[in-house]
Amino acid sequence: MKILVPVKRVIDYNVKVRVKSDGSGVDLANVKMSMNPFDEVAIEEAVRLKEAGIATEVVAVSAGVGACQETLRTAMALGADRAILIETDVELQPLAVAKLLKAVVDKEQPQLVIPGKQAIDDDSNQTGQMLAALLGWPQACFASKVVVNADKTGAAVTREIDGGLETLDIKLPAVVTTDLRLNEPRYATLPNIMKAKKKPLETTTPAALGVDVTPRLKTLKVAEPPKRSGGIKVADVAALVDKLKNEAKVI
Amino acid sequence: MSEYIAPLKDMQFVLKELAGIEEVAQLPGYEEASVDVVDAVLEEAAKFANGVLSPLNWSGDQNGAKWSANDGKPAVTAAPGFKEAYKLFAESGWTALAAEAEWGGQGLPKVVSAAVNEMWKSANHAFSLCPMLSGGAAEAITLSASQAIKEKYLPKLTSGEWTGTMNLTEPQAGSDLAAIRSRAEPQADGTYKIFGQKIFITWGDHDAADNIIHLVLARTPDAPPGVKGISLFVVPKFLVNEDGSLGERNDAWCVSIEHKLGIHASPTAVMAFGDNGGAIGELVGEENRGLEYMFIMMNAARFAVGQEGVAVCERAYQRARDYAKDRIQGTELGVRGGPKVPIINQPDVRRLLMTMRAYAEATRALSYVVAAAHDAAAHHPDADVRKKNQAFVDLFVPVVKGWSTEIGILVASDGVQVHGGMGFIEETGAAQHLRDSRISAIYEGTTAIQANDLIGRKTAREGGVTLKAVIEEMRAFDAELAKASGEHFAAIRRRFAAGVEAVATAGQWIIDNYGPNIKAAHAGSVPFLMLLGTVAGGWQMARAALIAQAKIDAGDADPFYQDKIITARFYADHILSKADGLASSIVDGAVGVLALAEDRF
Repeated sequence: MKILVPVKRVIDYNVKVRVKSDGSGVDLANVKMSMNPFDEVAIEEAVRLKEAGIATEVVAVSAGVGACQETLRTAMALGADRAILIETDVELQPLAVAKLLKAVVDKEQPQLVIPGKQAIDDDSNQTGQMLAALLGWPQACFASKVVVNADKTGAAVTREIDGGLETLDIKLPAVVTTDLRLNEPRYATLPNIMKAKKKPLETTTPAALGVDVTPRLKTLKVAEPPKRSGGIKVADVAALVDKLKNEAKVI
Repeated sequence: MSEYIAPLKDMQFVLKELAGIEEVAQLPGYEEASVDVVDAVLEEAAKFANGVLSPLNWSGDQNGAKWSANDGKPAVTAAPGFKEAYKLFAESGWTALAAEAEWGGQGLPKVVSAAVNEMWKSANHAFSLCPMLSGGAAEAITLSASQAIKEKYLPKLTSGEWTGTMNLTEPQAGSDLAAIRSRAEPQADGTYKIFGQKIFITWGDHDAADNIIHLVLARTPDAPPGVKGISLFVVPKFLVNEDGSLGERNDAWCVSIEHKLGIHASPTAVMAFGDNGGAIGELVGEENRGLEYMFIMMNAARFAVGQEGVAVCERAYQRARDYAKDRIQGTELGVRGGPKVPIINQPDVRRLLMTMRAYAEATRALSYVVAAAHDAAAHHPDADVRKKNQAFVDLFVPVVKGWSTEIGILVASDGVQVHGGMGFIEETGAAQHLRDSRISAIYEGTTAIQANDLIGRKTAREGGVTLKAVIEEMRAFDAELAKASGEHFAAIRRRFAAGVEAVATAGQWIIDNYGPNIKAAHAGSVPFLMLLGTVAGGWQMARAALIAQAKIDAGDADPFYQDKIITARFYADHILSKADGLASSIVDGAVGVLALAEDRF
């Protein structure tokens, strides 16, 4: 059984994000970039499935600029067997990524695709769902536990919902997106970091995969959240209710 | 409490632009160390330092390692979490980073391990000592022991399954190892029975690894007195069977651990060898050559401790910077009725932070440059290049050790100062850095011992050949610096040129006075070490500034380069400017040091 894990290169979670002065986006120049934390969880899950003898190969795939190679090397240092980079300088939106991934899935024929549930940069939480729809596969999102059946034809996926836990029985092949509680990713070992350089990394392009990645959405403006202003004391409950009703307009 | 975040950008800049990692990767045996692999290694080490070691730093300090009598079988328990962290550290392969491939190591260059070790030391000084000592023990075995001993111990020291210690000091034999009394009695089977007490044995006992390999200095019965009669022995905590499995418990026990100013999670053991019949040891190399063997590896050990200075500068800076940005107190100078602002707006807080930052960058730059020279000295195909680099390393190891660790204490103290009253409160974490940093200028040879080595063996005894070559190199660089334009470079150059001449003057005075006026020369030894460190640090900062300017001229808009030039400028005005004063304390200062009669104290 082959597992495909999409990984995204995002602004490092330790970096304080700054908006560009012209409001056109987030300033990424000279900022430390790392693998999306949800994708680290996804790689970990795939590698554990391989270590448990369920999966036979873990393929990491990323789309974006050439520097995404570093992210793919990290994935291989954590245990992915090989990697595919779909190289492009175009701003990639979730639908474009889903289409690119579909093209890779068509070629690679994995039984399971494990994306992170969302990326910490744009927080879209769409790619996995769109990919499942494009493929016509079952989807189980926000997984906190994944158990693949002994015959590998299906899986039981536990997901966190508002009321508690929900377990879905899905047929494979399927798309399962990860929540942070699925596992705790390991630290890469030094021998694996060294070996990662020697693992195969194939580079392709959207054009070669026959996918048009032209953005469908236009970013109008990116702005910092408004600064929190100081609170006030209200005289009584009536004043509070009045403010909630007429100023905050929440009741 | 804020966690340590490795300064990857500066580390990578220094490795690439100042230490020449690309040239190091050209050396035979270091082909694996390409820039992308090194970057990946640093990234992952940074994650480990941040996620595993840094969170244990404070709790390790508060809880410490614990000793128990354990019904006559005394034992040390590592501070909570340290055993698990050590296991993960070893399983992740970090103990094998610089070790030779023959024994399971990755054989990466010293300049790479320098950067990685800096992270361990910044994140958790007390923890870092365990693998550091194991590495020292492994190196002593690699350099001097028989093949049988190597095969027995090196694979597991490399994998980190076992740890190692260095047993030199005895109560009456500290800086003066000639006074060692521990005995080694030869046995019929070729082993020795070791008797004696050793003190200050770092990680001398603990429960984090299955076995501990002690390297012990002791005297055989017919050994000549003094330093020429000391031999080196391997004494494992558990004897090792022919098949490599662990055998009987050896007669080597930790009878207590010290209560210390800092590094509480690093157990400092009093070791008793042979109280119950004799600890079985194996001779390393030949009898009476123990001290010589120890000195071969001394450079490596002293360099490693020197990096503790770099590491604490960085860690204390990060904590102070975070606090200064967060702590709101007072208004901005010159703004009447303005809002309350974070203290980083106060000029003196900025001066403190810039001092800390400039020292962190300068000590780092010098230590990586010395590490790269070590790699060239060990691996360059041309014997002349090897020799030249070795001389450079020999001259600068006492400087990296003595200067960086003395600076580390100052910077940790400045870190407390930035915190104000809160810095004096333990919970802030700033005080721990100051307490932990204090030992680095003492163990592995005090600053004075480093300075003796610098002015004696490394300078006066060879007539200052290497020192003069370095001065010429700095003068040649000064000519390069003169070509740069702008007020920052004018300031940097003025201070640097004066600094180089201060080293030349003071160095010549040391050389001239070492023979006829040995006490006066020694009175100036530590100031000379500090002077050479200050100027060599300024040299590296000025090199960094020139490279940064070239990047800017080529259109690179990364603010890192602007910052580098300003930091170098700060270093020149605030730190290099002290060079003249240090030089006169050497040339004129001996009288004041030596004139008082002993009974006037």
